Amino acid sequence: MAQRKHVRWHIAVFLAPAVLVYTALMIVPLFGTLNLSLFNLDETKTRVFAGLANFATLFGDPRWSGAFWNALANNAWFFVVHMLVQNPVGILLAALLSSPRLRFSAFYRTAIFIPTILSFVIVGFVWKLILSPIWGIAPGMLDAVGLKSLFAPWLGKEEYALTTLALISVWQFVGIPMMLIYAALLSIPDEVIEAAEMDGVTGWSQFWKIKLPLILPSIGIISILTFVGNFNAFDLIYVAQGALAGPNFATDILGTFLYRTFFGFQLQLGDPHMGATIATAMFGIILVGVCFYLFAIQTRLRRYQF
Amino acid sequence: MSQARQSIARTFGAHAILITYTVIALFPVFVTVINSLKSRKAIFADPLALPGPATFDLVGYQTVLKQGDFFQYFLNSMTVTVASLFFVLMFGAMAAFALSEYRFRGNMLMGLYLALGIMIPIRLGTVAILQMMVASGLVNTLTALILVYTAQGLPLAVFILSEFMRNVSADLKNAGRIDGLNEYTIFFRLVLPLVRPAMATVAVFSLIPIWNDLWFPLILAPSEATKTITLGSQVFIGQFVTNWNAVLAALSLAIVPVLVLYLIFSRQLIRGITAGAVK
Repeated sequence: MAQRKHVRWHIAVFLAPAVLVYTALMIVPLFGTLNLSLFNLDETKTRVFAGLANFATLFGDPRWSGAFWNALANNAWFFVVHMLVQNPVGILLAALLSSPRLRFSAFYRTAIFIPTILSFVIVGFVWKLILSPIWGIAPGMLDAVGLKSLFAPWLGKEEYALTTLALISVWQFVGIPMMLIYAALLSIPDEVIEAAEMDGVTGWSQFWKIKLPLILPSIGIISILTFVGNFNAFDLIYVAQGALAGPNFATDILGTFLYRTFFGFQLQLGDPHMGATIATAMFGIILVGVCFYLFAIQTRLRRYQF
Repeated sequence: MSQARQSIARTFGAHAILITYTVIALFPVFVTVINSLKSRKAIFADPLALPGPATFDLVGYQTVLKQGDFFQYFLNSMTVTVASLFFVLMFGAMAAFALSEYRFRGNMLMGLYLALGIMIPIRLGTVAILQMMVASGLVNTLTALILVYTAQGLPLAVFILSEFMRNVSADLKNAGRIDGLNEYTIFFRLVLPLVRPAMATVAVFSLIPIWNDLWFPLILAPSEATKTITLGSQVFIGQFVTNWNAVLAALSLAIVPVLVLYLIFSRQLIRGITAGAVK
Protein backbone atom coordinates (compact mmCIF):
# COMPACT_ATOMS: atom_id res chain seq x y z
CA MET A 1 0.00 0.00 0.00
CA ALA A 2 1.44 3.31 -1.02
CA GLN A 3 1.98 5.40 2.02
CA ARG A 4 1.07 9.03 1.53
CA LYS A 5 3.81 11.34 2.64
CA HIS A 6 2.65 13.86 5.17
CA VAL A 7 3.85 17.43 5.00
CA ARG A 8 6.85 17.86 7.23
CA TRP A 9 6.02 21.23 8.71
CA HIS A 10 9.05 21.34 10.98
CA ILE A 11 11.34 21.79 7.95
CA ALA A 12 9.44 24.94 7.02
CA VAL A 13 9.50 26.16 10.62
CA PHE A 14 13.26 25.67 10.83
CA LEU A 15 13.91 27.42 7.52
CA ALA A 16 11.37 30.21 7.66
CA PRO A 17 13.01 32.82 9.93
CA ALA A 18 16.37 32.74 8.17
CA VAL A 19 14.89 32.71 4.69
CA LEU A 20 12.43 35.50 5.48
CA VAL A 21 14.97 37.89 7.02
CA TYR A 22 17.57 37.11 4.38
CA THR A 23 15.14 37.53 1.51
CA ALA A 24 13.54 40.69 2.87
CA LEU A 25 16.76 42.52 3.74
CA MET A 26 19.26 41.16 1.27
CA ILE A 27 17.73 39.76 -1.89
CA VAL A 28 14.73 42.10 -2.24
CA PRO A 29 16.80 45.29 -1.67
CA LEU A 30 19.41 44.05 -4.11
CA PHE A 31 16.79 43.62 -6.81
CA GLY A 32 15.22 46.88 -5.70
CA THR A 33 18.52 48.60 -6.36
CA LEU A 34 18.90 46.91 -9.73
CA ASN A 35 15.36 47.98 -10.59
CA LEU A 36 15.83 51.56 -9.40
CA SER A 37 18.79 51.98 -11.71
CA LEU A 38 16.45 51.59 -14.69
CA PHE A 39 14.37 54.64 -13.76
CA ASN A 40 14.97 58.35 -13.72
CA LEU A 41 13.18 61.59 -12.95
CA ASP A 42 11.92 63.79 -15.79
CA GLU A 43 11.50 67.58 -15.64
CA THR A 44 8.29 67.35 -13.63
CA LYS A 45 9.95 65.16 -11.01
CA THR A 46 7.92 62.10 -11.86
CA ARG A 47 9.59 58.75 -12.12
CA VAL A 48 9.91 57.47 -15.68
CA PHE A 49 11.36 54.31 -17.07
CA ALA A 50 14.76 55.14 -18.52
CA GLY A 51 15.98 51.74 -19.67
CA LEU A 52 19.74 51.69 -19.80
CA ALA A 53 20.03 55.47 -20.17
CA ASN A 54 21.50 55.84 -16.67
CA PHE A 55 24.28 53.46 -17.56
CA ALA A 56 24.95 55.34 -20.78
CA THR A 57 25.23 58.51 -18.66
CA LEU A 58 27.50 56.85 -16.14
CA PHE A 59 29.88 55.37 -18.70
CA GLY A 60 29.70 58.04 -21.40
CA ASP A 61 28.50 61.44 -20.18
CA PRO A 62 31.61 63.50 -19.39
CA ARG A 63 30.03 64.86 -16.16
CA TRP A 64 29.77 61.34 -14.73
CA SER A 65 32.13 59.10 -16.66
CA GLY A 66 35.29 60.92 -15.58
CA ALA A 67 34.49 60.34 -11.91
CA PHE A 68 33.36 56.78 -12.53
CA TRP A 69 36.41 55.65 -14.49
CA ASN A 70 38.64 57.43 -11.99
CA ALA A 71 36.99 55.56 -9.11
CA LEU A 72 37.19 52.26 -11.00
CA ALA A 73 40.88 52.73 -11.84
CA ASN A 74 41.68 53.69 -8.25
CA ASN A 75 39.74 50.68 -7.02
CA ALA A 76 41.67 48.41 -9.39
CA TRP A 77 44.98 49.80 -8.08
CA PHE A 78 43.74 49.36 -4.50
CA PHE A 79 43.11 45.70 -5.33
CA VAL A 80 46.48 45.26 -7.09
CA VAL A 81 48.34 46.57 -4.03
CA HIS A 82 46.48 44.09 -1.83
CA MET A 83 47.28 41.20 -4.14
CA LEU A 84 50.95 42.18 -4.43
CA VAL A 85 51.60 43.00 -0.78
CA GLN A 86 48.92 41.59 1.53
CA ASN A 87 48.74 38.05 0.18
CA PRO A 88 52.49 37.38 -0.25
CA VAL A 89 53.23 38.83 3.20
CA GLY A 90 50.38 36.77 4.66
CA ILE A 91 51.76 33.61 3.04
CA LEU A 92 55.28 34.34 4.26
CA LEU A 93 54.12 34.91 7.84
CA ALA A 94 51.97 31.77 7.75
CA ALA A 95 54.87 29.71 6.38
CA LEU A 96 57.15 30.93 9.16
CA LEU A 97 54.48 30.38 11.84
CA SER A 98 53.74 26.85 10.74
CA SER A 99 57.32 25.67 10.93
CA PRO A 100 57.49 23.00 13.61
CA ARG A 101 59.14 23.68 16.95
CA LEU A 102 58.83 27.44 16.57
CA ARG A 103 58.58 29.03 20.00
CA PHE A 104 56.16 31.86 20.83
CA SER A 105 54.10 31.09 17.74
CA ALA A 106 50.83 31.62 19.66
CA PHE A 107 52.05 35.05 20.71
CA TYR A 108 52.99 36.07 17.16
CA ARG A 109 49.68 34.80 15.82
CA THR A 110 47.68 36.74 18.39
CA ALA A 111 49.69 39.94 17.97
CA ILE A 112 49.68 40.01 14.17
CA PHE A 113 45.92 39.50 14.10
CA ILE A 114 45.20 42.48 16.39
CA PRO A 115 44.93 45.15 13.64
CA THR A 116 42.23 43.07 11.93
CA ILE A 117 39.86 43.37 14.89
CA LEU A 118 40.16 47.17 15.11
CA SER A 119 37.53 49.30 13.44
CA PHE A 120 38.29 51.41 10.38
CA VAL A 121 37.70 54.52 12.45
CA ILE A 122 40.57 53.65 14.75
CA VAL A 123 42.86 52.46 11.99
CA GLY A 124 42.22 55.49 9.78
CA PHE A 125 42.78 58.07 12.50
CA VAL A 126 45.75 56.39 14.14
CA TRP A 127 47.61 56.21 10.83
CA LYS A 128 46.58 59.73 9.97
CA LEU A 129 48.15 60.91 13.22
CA ILE A 130 51.29 58.85 12.75
CA LEU A 131 51.84 60.03 9.18
CA SER A 132 50.96 63.61 10.05
CA PRO A 133 53.83 66.05 9.50
CA ILE A 134 52.59 68.04 12.54
CA TRP A 135 53.13 65.28 15.06
CA GLY A 136 56.33 64.09 13.54
CA ILE A 137 56.42 60.41 14.44
CA ALA A 138 57.01 59.25 10.87
CA PRO A 139 59.55 61.99 9.97
CA GLY A 140 61.24 61.52 13.36
CA MET A 141 61.64 57.79 12.80
CA LEU A 142 62.95 58.26 9.26
CA ASP A 143 65.37 60.84 10.63
CA ALA A 144 66.65 58.31 13.13
CA VAL A 145 67.77 56.03 10.28
CA GLY A 146 69.02 58.92 8.18
CA LEU A 147 66.26 58.86 5.58
CA LYS A 148 64.45 62.05 6.49
CA SER A 149 64.61 63.29 2.91
CA LEU A 150 62.23 60.48 1.95
CA PHE A 151 59.43 61.85 4.11
CA ALA A 152 56.47 63.46 2.42
CA PRO A 153 52.94 64.13 3.67
CA TRP A 154 51.91 60.90 1.98
CA LEU A 155 48.19 61.15 2.62
CA GLY A 156 48.08 64.68 1.23
CA LYS A 157 49.89 64.12 -2.06
CA GLU A 158 47.84 63.04 -5.05
CA GLU A 159 50.48 60.62 -6.31
CA TYR A 160 50.99 58.80 -3.00
CA ALA A 161 47.68 59.02 -1.14
CA LEU A 162 45.94 56.01 -2.69
CA THR A 163 48.94 53.71 -2.35
CA THR A 164 49.41 54.82 1.25
CA LEU A 165 45.78 54.04 2.06
CA ALA A 166 46.04 50.69 0.32
CA LEU A 167 49.08 49.85 2.42
CA ILE A 168 47.24 50.89 5.60
CA SER A 169 44.43 48.55 4.60
CA VAL A 170 47.01 45.82 3.97
CA TRP A 171 48.42 46.45 7.44
CA GLN A 172 44.97 46.02 8.88
CA PHE A 173 43.95 42.87 7.02
CA VAL A 174 47.13 40.86 6.60
CA GLY A 175 45.97 38.70 9.51
CA ILE A 176 43.21 37.11 7.42
CA PRO A 177 45.37 35.54 4.67
CA MET A 178 47.90 34.66 7.34
CA MET A 179 45.33 32.72 9.37
CA LEU A 180 43.71 30.97 6.41
CA ILE A 181 47.05 29.92 4.89
CA TYR A 182 48.30 28.89 8.31
CA ALA A 183 45.27 26.64 8.71
CA ALA A 184 45.82 25.18 5.23
CA LEU A 185 49.49 24.50 5.97
CA LEU A 186 48.60 22.75 9.23
CA SER A 187 46.21 20.47 7.38
CA ILE A 188 48.95 19.04 5.14
CA PRO A 189 49.49 15.51 6.47
CA ASP A 190 52.80 14.73 8.11
CA GLU A 191 53.38 11.76 5.81
CA VAL A 192 53.63 14.06 2.80
CA ILE A 193 56.23 16.22 4.53
CA GLU A 194 58.12 13.17 5.79
CA ALA A 195 58.18 11.66 2.31
CA ALA A 196 59.58 14.92 0.97
CA GLU A 197 62.27 14.94 3.65
CA MET A 198 63.22 11.36 2.80
CA ASP A 199 63.76 12.51 -0.77
CA GLY A 200 65.94 15.35 0.47
CA VAL A 201 63.45 18.13 -0.24
CA THR A 202 63.69 20.51 2.71
CA GLY A 203 63.53 24.19 3.56
CA TRP A 204 62.51 26.60 0.83
CA SER A 205 62.44 24.06 -1.96
CA GLN A 206 60.05 22.02 0.18
CA PHE A 207 57.85 25.06 0.51
CA TRP A 208 57.85 25.84 -3.21
CA LYS A 209 57.56 22.30 -4.52
CA ILE A 210 55.38 20.56 -1.94
CA LYS A 211 53.45 22.98 0.24
CA LEU A 212 52.63 25.78 -2.18
CA PRO A 213 50.85 23.53 -4.73
CA LEU A 214 48.83 22.06 -1.85
CA ILE A 215 47.64 25.41 -0.56
CA LEU A 216 46.78 26.92 -3.96
CA PRO A 217 43.02 26.44 -3.42
CA SER A 218 43.26 28.48 -0.22
CA ILE A 219 45.19 31.21 -2.04
CA GLY A 220 42.41 31.24 -4.63
CA ILE A 221 39.75 31.72 -1.95
CA ILE A 222 41.77 34.50 -0.35
CA SER A 223 42.14 36.25 -3.70
CA ILE A 224 38.41 36.23 -4.36
CA LEU A 225 37.64 37.39 -0.80
CA THR A 226 40.15 40.22 -1.26
CA PHE A 227 38.50 41.12 -4.55
CA VAL A 228 34.98 41.28 -3.09
CA GLY A 229 36.22 43.17 -0.03
CA ASN A 230 38.21 45.72 -2.02
CA PHE A 231 35.50 46.53 -4.56
CA ASN A 232 33.12 47.02 -1.65
CA ALA A 233 35.50 49.11 0.48
CA PHE A 234 34.39 52.46 1.80
CA ASP A 235 35.07 52.97 5.51
CA LEU A 236 38.83 53.48 5.52
CA ILE A 237 38.78 56.10 2.77
CA TYR A 238 35.78 57.84 4.32
CA VAL A 239 37.44 58.02 7.74
CA ALA A 240 40.87 59.07 6.53
CA GLN A 241 40.00 61.37 3.63
CA GLY A 242 36.29 62.19 4.01
CA ALA A 243 33.53 61.64 1.48
CA LEU A 244 35.31 63.81 -1.06
CA ALA A 245 38.18 61.28 -1.12
CA GLY A 246 40.83 63.94 -1.44
CA PRO A 247 43.28 65.21 -2.45
CA ASN A 248 41.40 66.05 -5.64
CA PHE A 249 39.57 62.67 -5.77
CA ALA A 250 42.89 60.84 -5.93
CA THR A 251 41.61 58.25 -3.43
CA ASP A 252 38.04 58.03 -4.70
CA ILE A 253 36.92 54.41 -5.01
CA LEU A 254 33.55 52.98 -5.98
CA GLY A 255 32.25 52.88 -2.39
CA THR A 256 32.91 56.58 -1.72
CA PHE A 257 31.61 57.50 -5.18
CA LEU A 258 28.38 55.62 -4.44
CA TYR A 259 28.02 57.31 -1.05
CA ARG A 260 28.53 60.81 -2.51
CA THR A 261 26.19 60.21 -5.41
CA PHE A 262 23.38 58.68 -3.42
CA PHE A 263 23.41 60.91 -0.37
CA GLY A 264 24.90 64.05 -1.85
CA PHE A 265 27.72 65.94 -0.29
CA GLN A 266 28.14 69.65 0.29
CA LEU A 267 27.12 71.30 -2.99
CA GLN A 268 26.20 68.09 -4.75
CA LEU A 269 22.59 66.91 -4.38
CA GLY A 270 21.80 63.29 -3.67
CA ASP A 271 20.54 61.27 -6.64
CA PRO A 272 19.05 57.86 -5.75
CA HIS A 273 18.76 56.77 -9.36
CA MET A 274 22.37 57.41 -10.27
CA GLY A 275 23.35 55.95 -6.89
CA ALA A 276 21.47 52.78 -7.74
CA THR A 277 23.15 52.79 -11.15
CA ILE A 278 26.58 52.87 -9.52
CA ALA A 279 25.58 50.14 -7.05
CA THR A 280 24.40 48.03 -10.01
CA ALA A 281 27.69 48.62 -11.81
CA MET A 282 29.53 47.49 -8.65
CA PHE A 283 27.28 44.45 -8.47
CA GLY A 284 28.17 43.65 -12.08
CA ILE A 285 31.89 44.04 -11.44
CA ILE A 286 31.78 41.79 -8.37
CA LEU A 287 29.63 39.25 -10.20
CA VAL A 288 32.04 39.12 -13.14
CA GLY A 289 34.97 38.68 -10.76
CA VAL A 290 33.28 35.92 -8.77
CA CYS A 291 32.16 34.08 -11.94
CA PHE A 292 35.63 34.39 -13.44
CA TYR A 293 37.03 32.84 -10.29
CA LEU A 294 34.45 30.07 -10.08
CA PHE A 295 34.61 29.02 -13.73
CA ALA A 296 38.06 29.95 -14.98
CA ILE A 297 40.26 29.49 -11.92
CA GLN A 298 38.61 27.18 -9.44
CA THR A 299 37.89 24.48 -12.02
CA ARG A 300 41.56 24.44 -13.03
CA LEU A 301 42.94 24.22 -9.52
CA ARG A 302 44.11 20.72 -8.73
CA ARG A 303 42.77 19.47 -5.45
CA TYR A 304 44.58 16.75 -3.64
CA GLN A 305 42.74 14.28 -1.48
CA PHE A 306 44.59 12.73 1.38
CA MET B 1 77.41 20.11 12.32
CA SER B 2 76.74 22.46 9.42
CA GLN B 3 73.17 21.16 9.33
CA ALA B 4 72.65 22.21 12.93
CA ARG B 5 74.17 25.64 12.37
CA GLN B 6 72.00 26.14 9.30
CA SER B 7 68.90 25.28 11.29
CA ILE B 8 69.83 27.73 14.05
CA ALA B 9 70.31 30.42 11.43
CA ARG B 10 66.94 29.61 9.95
CA THR B 11 65.16 29.74 13.32
CA PHE B 12 66.87 33.03 14.04
CA GLY B 13 65.77 34.42 10.67
CA ALA B 14 62.18 33.28 11.24
CA HIS B 15 62.06 34.99 14.63
CA ALA B 16 63.62 38.15 13.20
CA ILE B 17 60.94 38.45 10.50
CA LEU B 18 58.09 37.62 12.89
CA ILE B 19 59.29 40.06 15.54
CA THR B 20 59.66 42.80 12.93
CA TYR B 21 56.14 42.25 11.73
CA THR B 22 54.74 42.03 15.25
CA VAL B 23 56.31 45.42 15.97
CA ILE B 24 54.75 46.86 12.80
CA ALA B 25 51.37 45.43 13.81
CA LEU B 26 51.43 46.69 17.38
CA PHE B 27 53.34 49.97 17.02
CA PRO B 28 50.40 52.23 16.04
CA VAL B 29 48.21 50.88 18.86
CA PHE B 30 51.06 51.27 21.33
CA VAL B 31 51.84 54.86 20.29
CA THR B 32 48.17 55.84 20.59
CA VAL B 33 47.67 54.38 24.03
CA ILE B 34 50.87 55.75 25.61
CA ASN B 35 50.32 59.23 24.21
CA SER B 36 46.73 59.35 25.40
CA LEU B 37 48.13 59.30 28.94
CA LYS B 38 50.47 62.27 28.43
CA SER B 39 50.14 66.02 28.63
CA ARG B 40 49.75 67.99 25.45
CA LYS B 41 53.29 69.29 25.57
CA ALA B 42 54.79 65.85 26.09
CA ILE B 43 52.82 64.40 23.18
CA PHE B 44 54.64 66.68 20.81
CA ALA B 45 57.98 66.90 22.60
CA ASP B 46 58.72 63.19 22.52
CA PRO B 47 55.92 61.07 21.04
CA LEU B 48 57.72 57.78 21.56
CA ALA B 49 58.48 58.20 25.27
CA LEU B 50 56.47 56.35 27.88
CA PRO B 51 54.40 58.56 30.18
CA GLY B 52 56.47 59.43 33.24
CA PRO B 53 55.53 61.23 36.46
CA ALA B 54 56.28 64.59 34.85
CA THR B 55 54.29 63.98 31.69
CA PHE B 56 51.38 61.87 32.97
CA ASP B 57 48.06 63.59 32.34
CA LEU B 58 44.48 62.37 31.98
CA VAL B 59 43.09 65.59 30.49
CA GLY B 60 42.16 63.82 27.24
CA TYR B 61 39.98 61.28 29.02
CA GLN B 62 38.31 64.03 31.05
CA THR B 63 37.39 65.90 27.85
CA VAL B 64 36.01 62.76 26.21
CA LEU B 65 33.90 61.75 29.17
CA LYS B 66 32.56 65.28 29.57
CA GLN B 67 31.73 65.83 25.90
CA GLY B 68 30.52 62.77 24.08
CA ASP B 69 27.84 60.53 25.47
CA PHE B 70 30.15 57.57 25.11
CA PHE B 71 28.35 55.43 27.62
CA GLN B 72 25.13 55.67 25.59
CA TYR B 73 27.04 54.89 22.36
CA PHE B 74 28.60 51.90 24.01
CA LEU B 75 25.21 50.63 25.19
CA ASN B 76 23.81 51.07 21.67
CA SER B 77 26.68 49.10 20.19
CA MET B 78 26.23 46.37 22.78
CA THR B 79 22.47 46.15 22.16
CA VAL B 80 22.86 45.98 18.41
CA THR B 81 25.71 43.47 18.50
CA VAL B 82 24.20 41.13 21.08
CA ALA B 83 20.73 41.14 19.52
CA SER B 84 22.07 40.63 15.99
CA LEU B 85 24.35 37.82 17.16
CA PHE B 86 21.44 36.13 18.92
CA PHE B 87 19.29 36.18 15.79
CA VAL B 88 22.15 35.19 13.47
CA LEU B 89 22.99 32.18 15.65
CA MET B 90 19.36 31.19 16.31
CA PHE B 91 18.00 31.52 12.79
CA GLY B 92 21.27 30.36 11.25
CA ALA B 93 21.38 27.20 13.36
CA MET B 94 17.72 26.42 12.63
CA ALA B 95 18.19 26.78 8.88
CA ALA B 96 21.47 24.86 8.97
CA PHE B 97 19.72 22.03 10.82
CA ALA B 98 16.95 21.87 8.25
CA LEU B 99 19.47 21.82 5.39
CA SER B 100 21.80 19.24 6.88
CA GLU B 101 19.27 16.94 8.56
CA TYR B 102 16.37 16.51 6.17
CA ARG B 103 16.22 15.50 2.56
CA PHE B 104 13.57 17.44 0.74
CA ARG B 105 13.03 18.79 -2.74
CA GLY B 106 14.99 21.99 -3.27
CA ASN B 107 17.41 21.37 -0.40
CA MET B 108 20.44 21.94 -2.62
CA LEU B 109 18.88 25.02 -4.23
CA MET B 110 17.97 26.52 -0.87
CA GLY B 111 21.53 26.00 0.33
CA LEU B 112 22.91 27.78 -2.73
CA TYR B 113 20.38 30.59 -2.36
CA LEU B 114 21.43 31.22 1.22
CA ALA B 115 25.14 30.95 0.36
CA LEU B 116 24.82 33.60 -2.35
CA GLY B 117 25.00 36.27 0.35
CA ILE B 118 28.58 35.27 1.24
CA MET B 119 29.80 36.62 -2.10
CA ILE B 120 27.41 39.53 -2.67
CA PRO B 121 27.83 42.36 -0.16
CA ILE B 122 24.61 43.60 1.45
CA ARG B 123 25.77 47.19 1.00
CA LEU B 124 24.81 47.13 -2.66
CA GLY B 125 21.17 47.01 -1.57
CA THR B 126 21.56 50.07 0.67
CA VAL B 127 19.51 52.34 -1.59
CA ALA B 128 16.49 50.05 -1.37
CA ILE B 129 17.05 49.18 2.30
CA LEU B 130 16.92 52.85 3.21
CA GLN B 131 13.69 53.36 1.26
CA MET B 132 12.21 50.33 2.99
CA MET B 133 13.22 51.60 6.44
CA VAL B 134 11.81 55.05 5.69
CA ALA B 135 8.54 53.50 4.54
CA SER B 136 8.23 51.37 7.68
CA GLY B 137 9.33 54.17 10.01
CA LEU B 138 12.39 52.28 11.27
CA VAL B 139 14.96 54.95 10.41
CA ASN B 140 16.96 55.99 13.46
CA THR B 141 16.03 52.92 15.44
CA LEU B 142 18.33 50.18 16.60
CA THR B 143 15.83 47.67 15.18
CA ALA B 144 16.81 48.70 11.65
CA LEU B 145 20.46 47.94 12.37
CA ILE B 146 19.66 44.64 14.05
CA LEU B 147 17.57 43.52 11.07
CA VAL B 148 20.29 44.43 8.56
CA TYR B 149 23.10 42.79 10.52
CA THR B 150 21.03 39.65 11.03
CA ALA B 151 20.55 39.37 7.27
CA GLN B 152 24.23 40.13 6.72
CA GLY B 153 25.46 37.46 9.13
CA LEU B 154 23.06 34.66 8.15
CA PRO B 155 24.71 33.33 4.95
CA LEU B 156 28.07 32.59 6.56
CA ALA B 157 26.42 31.24 9.73
CA VAL B 158 24.23 28.81 7.77
CA PHE B 159 27.21 27.73 5.67
CA ILE B 160 29.56 27.02 8.58
CA LEU B 161 26.93 25.53 10.92
CA SER B 162 25.53 23.13 8.35
CA GLU B 163 29.07 21.80 7.77
CA PHE B 164 29.36 21.10 11.48
CA MET B 165 25.87 19.69 11.89
CA ARG B 166 26.56 17.01 9.29
CA ASN B 167 29.02 15.54 11.78
CA VAL B 168 26.52 15.15 14.62
CA SER B 169 25.96 11.45 15.09
CA ALA B 170 22.80 10.20 13.38
CA ASP B 171 22.48 7.40 15.94
CA LEU B 172 22.04 9.92 18.69
CA LYS B 173 19.23 11.72 16.87
CA ASN B 174 17.53 8.46 15.94
CA ALA B 175 17.76 7.27 19.52
CA GLY B 176 16.01 10.48 20.49
CA ARG B 177 13.31 9.86 17.89
CA ILE B 178 12.71 6.33 19.15
CA ASP B 179 12.35 7.75 22.66
CA GLY B 180 9.56 9.89 21.30
CA LEU B 181 11.24 13.28 21.12
CA ASN B 182 9.85 15.54 18.44
CA GLU B 183 12.06 17.28 15.89
CA TYR B 184 12.14 20.56 17.82
CA THR B 185 13.31 18.89 21.02
CA ILE B 186 15.96 17.00 19.09
CA PHE B 187 17.26 20.24 17.68
CA PHE B 188 17.19 22.31 20.87
CA ARG B 189 18.12 19.64 23.40
CA LEU B 190 20.44 17.29 21.48
CA VAL B 191 22.00 19.02 18.50
CA LEU B 192 22.41 22.62 19.66
CA PRO B 193 24.57 21.80 22.72
CA LEU B 194 26.81 19.62 20.54
CA VAL B 195 27.61 22.35 18.00
CA ARG B 196 28.38 24.98 20.65
CA PRO B 197 32.06 25.30 19.58
CA ALA B 198 30.97 26.00 16.01
CA MET B 199 28.48 28.58 17.29
CA ALA B 200 31.31 30.35 19.11
CA THR B 201 33.32 30.48 15.89
CA VAL B 202 30.40 31.96 13.98
CA ALA B 203 29.80 34.42 16.80
CA VAL B 204 33.35 35.75 16.68
CA PHE B 205 33.33 35.97 12.88
CA SER B 206 30.03 37.88 12.84
CA LEU B 207 30.86 40.08 15.82
CA ILE B 208 33.87 41.92 14.36
CA PRO B 209 32.15 43.36 11.24
CA ILE B 210 28.99 44.27 13.20
CA TRP B 211 30.84 46.06 15.99
CA ASN B 212 33.13 47.90 13.58
CA ASP B 213 30.61 48.84 10.88
CA LEU B 214 30.35 52.50 9.98
CA TRP B 215 28.25 52.35 6.82
CA PHE B 216 24.84 51.30 8.16
CA PRO B 217 24.90 53.34 11.40
CA LEU B 218 25.84 56.38 9.29
CA ILE B 219 22.95 55.81 6.88
CA LEU B 220 20.21 54.13 8.90
CA ALA B 221 20.66 55.42 12.45
CA PRO B 222 22.75 58.61 12.66
CA SER B 223 20.65 60.28 15.38
CA GLU B 224 22.22 61.10 18.73
CA ALA B 225 20.17 58.50 20.62
CA THR B 226 21.05 55.60 18.31
CA LYS B 227 24.70 56.27 17.46
CA THR B 228 26.95 53.26 17.84
CA ILE B 229 30.39 53.61 19.39
CA THR B 230 32.08 53.38 15.98
CA LEU B 231 30.00 56.22 14.53
CA GLY B 232 30.14 58.14 17.80
CA SER B 233 33.93 58.13 17.95
CA GLN B 234 34.14 59.02 14.25
CA VAL B 235 31.95 62.09 14.78
CA PHE B 236 33.68 63.02 18.03
CA ILE B 237 37.15 62.80 16.49
CA GLY B 238 35.97 64.86 13.54
CA GLN B 239 34.86 67.66 15.87
CA PHE B 240 37.89 67.58 18.16
CA VAL B 241 40.44 67.07 15.44
CA THR B 242 42.84 69.70 16.83
CA ASN B 243 42.52 68.58 20.45
CA TRP B 244 45.13 65.85 20.38
CA ASN B 245 44.65 64.73 23.96
CA ALA B 246 40.95 64.18 23.39
CA VAL B 247 41.43 62.41 20.05
CA LEU B 248 44.06 60.04 21.42
CA ALA B 249 41.94 59.33 24.50
CA ALA B 250 38.86 58.63 22.37
CA LEU B 251 40.88 56.29 20.15
CA SER B 252 42.25 54.45 23.18
CA LEU B 253 38.78 54.12 24.66
CA ALA B 254 37.59 52.60 21.40
CA ILE B 255 40.55 50.22 21.14
CA VAL B 256 40.67 48.82 24.67
CA PRO B 257 37.28 47.03 24.94
CA VAL B 258 37.75 45.26 21.60
CA LEU B 259 41.30 44.35 22.53
CA VAL B 260 40.25 42.84 25.85
CA LEU B 261 37.44 40.85 24.21
CA TYR B 262 39.84 39.64 21.54
CA LEU B 263 42.46 38.51 24.05
CA ILE B 264 39.78 36.58 25.96
CA PHE B 265 38.41 34.88 22.85
CA SER B 266 41.54 34.64 20.70
CA ARG B 267 42.13 30.97 21.43
CA GLN B 268 38.55 30.18 20.44
CA LEU B 269 38.86 32.28 17.29
CA ILE B 270 42.10 30.68 16.14
CA ARG B 271 40.84 27.20 16.93
CA GLY B 272 37.69 27.97 14.96
CA ILE B 273 39.60 29.17 11.92
CA THR B 274 41.97 26.23 11.89
CA ALA B 275 39.22 23.69 12.59
CA GLY B 276 37.14 25.04 9.72
CA ALA B 277 40.00 24.70 7.27
CA VAL B 278 41.30 21.36 8.44
CA LYS B 279 37.98 19.71 7.78
